[in-house]
Amino acid sequence: MKRFVIRRILGMILVLFAISIATFCIFNVIPNSDPAQRLAGRNPTKGQIEAIRRQWGFDKPVYVQYVKTMEKVFTGDLISYVSQIEVDKEILQDAPRTFSLAIGAAIMWMAFAVALGLYTAVRAGRFADRFLTALALIGISMPVFWIGALMSYYLGFKWNIFPNGGYVPLTEDPLQWAYHLIMPWTALSLLFIGVYSRILRSNVLDTINDDYVRTARAKGLSERQVLLRHVLRNSLIPIVTLWGLDFGAVVGGGALLTETVFDLQGVGQYAAESVAQLDVPPVLAIVMFGAFFVVVVNTVVDIVYATLDPRIRLT
Amino acid sequence: MAIEPASELASAVPEAIVAEGGRTRVAGLAPWRIALRRLRRNRVALAFGALFLVIVAMCLAAPIYASQIAHTDPFKNHLTDQITIDGVKKDVVAPSGVPIGPTYSGRFFLGADGNGRDIAVRLLYGGRTSLTIGIGAALMSTLLSIVAGTLAGFYRGRVDAVITQILNLIWSFPPVLLGIALGTALALGGLKIGPLELDGDSKLIPSIIIAIVTVPYTARPLRGQVLALREKEFVEAARAQGAGSLRIMFSEILPNLSSTLVVFFPLMVASAIGFEAALSFLGAGVRPPNPSWGTMIADGVERIITGPHLAIVPGVMLVLSLLGLNVFGDGVRDAFDPRAKVRVRRS
Amino acid sequence: MSSAEPILRVSDLEVSFATDEGLVRAVDGVTFELAAGEVLAVVGESGCGKSVTAMTLLGLTRSANARFAGAAYYGDTELLGASDAELQQIRGAEIAMVFQDSASSLNPVQRVGRQIAEQIQAHEKVTDAQARERAIELLERVGIPNARKRVDAYPFEMSGGMRQRVMIALALSCDPSVLIADEPTTALDVTIQAQILERFRELVAQMGASVILVTHDLGVVTDIADRIAVMYAGRIVEQGALDEIFYDPQHPYTWGLLGSIPRLDRPRPKRLPTIPGLPPSLADRPQGCHLRPRCPHEFDQCAKTPPLVARVPGAAAHLDRCWLSCDRKRELREIEPGVIGLRGKHEVELTKGGAGS
Repeated sequence: MKRFVIRRILGMILVLFAISIATFCIFNVIPNSDPAQRLAGRNPTKGQIEAIRRQWGFDKPVYVQYVKTMEKVFTGDLISYVSQIEVDKEILQDAPRTFSLAIGAAIMWMAFAVALGLYTAVRAGRFADRFLTALALIGISMPVFWIGALMSYYLGFKWNIFPNGGYVPLTEDPLQWAYHLIMPWTALSLLFIGVYSRILRSNVLDTINDDYVRTARAKGLSERQVLLRHVLRNSLIPIVTLWGLDFGAVVGGGALLTETVFDLQGVGQYAAESVAQLDVPPVLAIVMFGAFFVVVVNTVVDIVYATLDPRIRLT
Repeated sequence: MAIEPASELASAVPEAIVAEGGRTRVAGLAPWRIALRRLRRNRVALAFGALFLVIVAMCLAAPIYASQIAHTDPFKNHLTDQITIDGVKKDVVAPSGVPIGPTYSGRFFLGADGNGRDIAVRLLYGGRTSLTIGIGAALMSTLLSIVAGTLAGFYRGRVDAVITQILNLIWSFPPVLLGIALGTALALGGLKIGPLELDGDSKLIPSIIIAIVTVPYTARPLRGQVLALREKEFVEAARAQGAGSLRIMFSEILPNLSSTLVVFFPLMVASAIGFEAALSFLGAGVRPPNPSWGTMIADGVERIITGPHLAIVPGVMLVLSLLGLNVFGDGVRDAFDPRAKVRVRRS
Repeated sequence: MSSAEPILRVSDLEVSFATDEGLVRAVDGVTFELAAGEVLAVVGESGCGKSVTAMTLLGLTRSANARFAGAAYYGDTELLGASDAELQQIRGAEIAMVFQDSASSLNPVQRVGRQIAEQIQAHEKVTDAQARERAIELLERVGIPNARKRVDAYPFEMSGGMRQRVMIALALSCDPSVLIADEPTTALDVTIQAQILERFRELVAQMGASVILVTHDLGVVTDIADRIAVMYAGRIVEQGALDEIFYDPQHPYTWGLLGSIPRLDRPRPKRLPTIPGLPPSLADRPQGCHLRPRCPHEFDQCAKTPPLVARVPGAAAHLDRCWLSCDRKRELREIEPGVIGLRGKHEVELTKGGAGS
């Protein structure tokens, strides 16, 4: 087990390194225009462009540029030329909001998905299954930003059931914090509940036909014990990996859309707004950190998965 | 409580019972034939597939609608115009800024947007854009995935290591973030790789971005399948007959991937269309004033207080398209995988 | 062999499954009894319904598309109609099963000791530690070396032979009265098969359990069975004591089975005799005798289903399903003399026209 963990962590570090290079390439190498001009935003003066060129090393070879860019990102020396905000500070400020959204949504979707998936599997073929599966399919087909906007408008603005966007820090008022987040959590979860409940249903239906479940029944265990101890547990194992992957992806990107619609001022929204203004430095930093986060979460998930399924430790 | 597994015996009868001159005969069937039969029986899936095709047809007919019925185009704004409905003259966009609602007549069937443009016309043109980008992206992604997955799985070793690392790398970036990153970066200067040169405004750019970002999701499963197929006896047999690697890939491996691809494709198109909508919503996909369902939703959300239908209408079109593809894709998957669905006689 | 009440009575058991392709009749009228302490071998080729019969006794074939007819009595309890609660009590504790594929029949992410302990704790109030001790003891009894360490192993860490021993240990853990073994050694190498069967036989004799042994391997049967039931296409076509079946087989299908066993001690025949044709599809069986399309001795009467009755004078427990008279059968029977079991125990001399000693 220990060797497995070490191997995974080493692999992770390599990937992080590759990500930094890839991000750098995306922003400063691939595009077909002057990088200094791109960074400078709208209507820069010639002097500004030159200053940027020197600071970032665009007049120097590529690897120098890479080093300088990484320096800027990791030492907090990154400034947006459009808004004059220090990017790192802004990200740190916005991060708790994004995490509140992501973690809450992740718990919500997991809980509902497991319940729904198990229920529809057990009642497979009957009306309840068909109805709930139909709902799940509709959930998958609704873009989160659209349903979020409609929820915000109808439930928030028009009928005043929930607050119309905005964020209250957890430390300030936990109740209000949750109250403001219920709609965003729901909007973000809908898609995942749909996807996960169907994957779980499929896994459960597969597992239920597996031989060792038959053995468990032959042992004299009650149907409930069989379901929970053997079927569910084994069906959940692949889902754990997915959950970890998606969690990273949600924090890194999916939350973005929800934050924008509900005006939560999280990291995602920051990225979205920067995109709208074609402001590169924040997007650069957020993309890189987002990817880092995904990789770290994936590695952790891999390790957790190995504890659940001992066969994996051999890989 | 008896849970419903399809008994092993029940699923071990993949035969057709063929009536032949009074005596019944049992014949074996090819897997894709069985799948097609099952799909044909799935009326719900077929209906939703038809729904999607209807939407595609409607959007293809956009120019006809625009010129014959609405008498405008998606970019013309009629801010200062007036139209006559039931004999009453009305402002297309009222002085207060509120645009006209649905007229349910030829012009401005679904009303006008904040810039005085005909929503119905933009909806259909936007659909063309969204669907083209979505389907195009899915096709490109499929092609790239087949190449990457087959090469990696077949040759293994270093080729596999390199390809897998690239796939992992792409996969590490949260898709939406990567999409907007590429969208921003490329919008500012277009794309120039070797002979390929694209303007920042080109519709091909969002397609390419979506294709690249979604490649890992298909390439990895394909690679896994190729790895398994490679070990099968019929590949060994082909080699023993003197077939070269390329020939084996084309004649033995690819055909066996076809069922996976057929199952994947509708879902890939759905996710590509959804992805495009998200990117355009954020301004990193289709650039205004080009219509796409995503940009229309963005416009609508901005002015949602003046009229929610501005946001609802393009959204509904989007949802219906995705629903059509998702349900149909589900049906295709069920048709190919007998254990995914419980088969119980309606008795 | 006591002449007390049979421990298991199955009469006219029918099991069918409703599928998209039609009604699949897996078991088409099976009747037999299991006496206390005896080993009954149910023999037949793949698809004849022997596994389904075995699993139905434990209610493992119940599903929404399964249809049952007939009855199966374990003591006073009727198994086909038993409630879930009744079945739960019987499974494992009274009637236990050893499955064929130990690789897939054990939970891959649970330690083997835990899996045995789980069955014990399902029926007896013992602590985790006690259950674990029992599991270790059982593993030792089935011949697993270093049981104290092995009890914490995962199934994938064990060889096929060892896993099968675990399955046997699992089945024996609550001291059941009836043991159903579904092809317990089919997935193993021949040398391991012999070892495991030997151990199995010892344990069963020690515990006084009755056994239903489902197999397609006649060699296995000669080593441990008391009685044999031969199944074909969902029905029992012949049933009797081991000697009766091997010395005086009555049904053409049985002749085919016995005749197709290769002999090491005789010169090699030009062709291994086989039964021409294929067994009927599960969904579409011929009327009357199921073997009719393949039987070289069929005649008009065979259009009616032959009942399973005793036709051999003096052998009331030797039943068969063939309209031919016993004398006619002995005339037509042409089998290579002799059948050898796995360890050369039974050497049978069969001649045309006469029964053996």
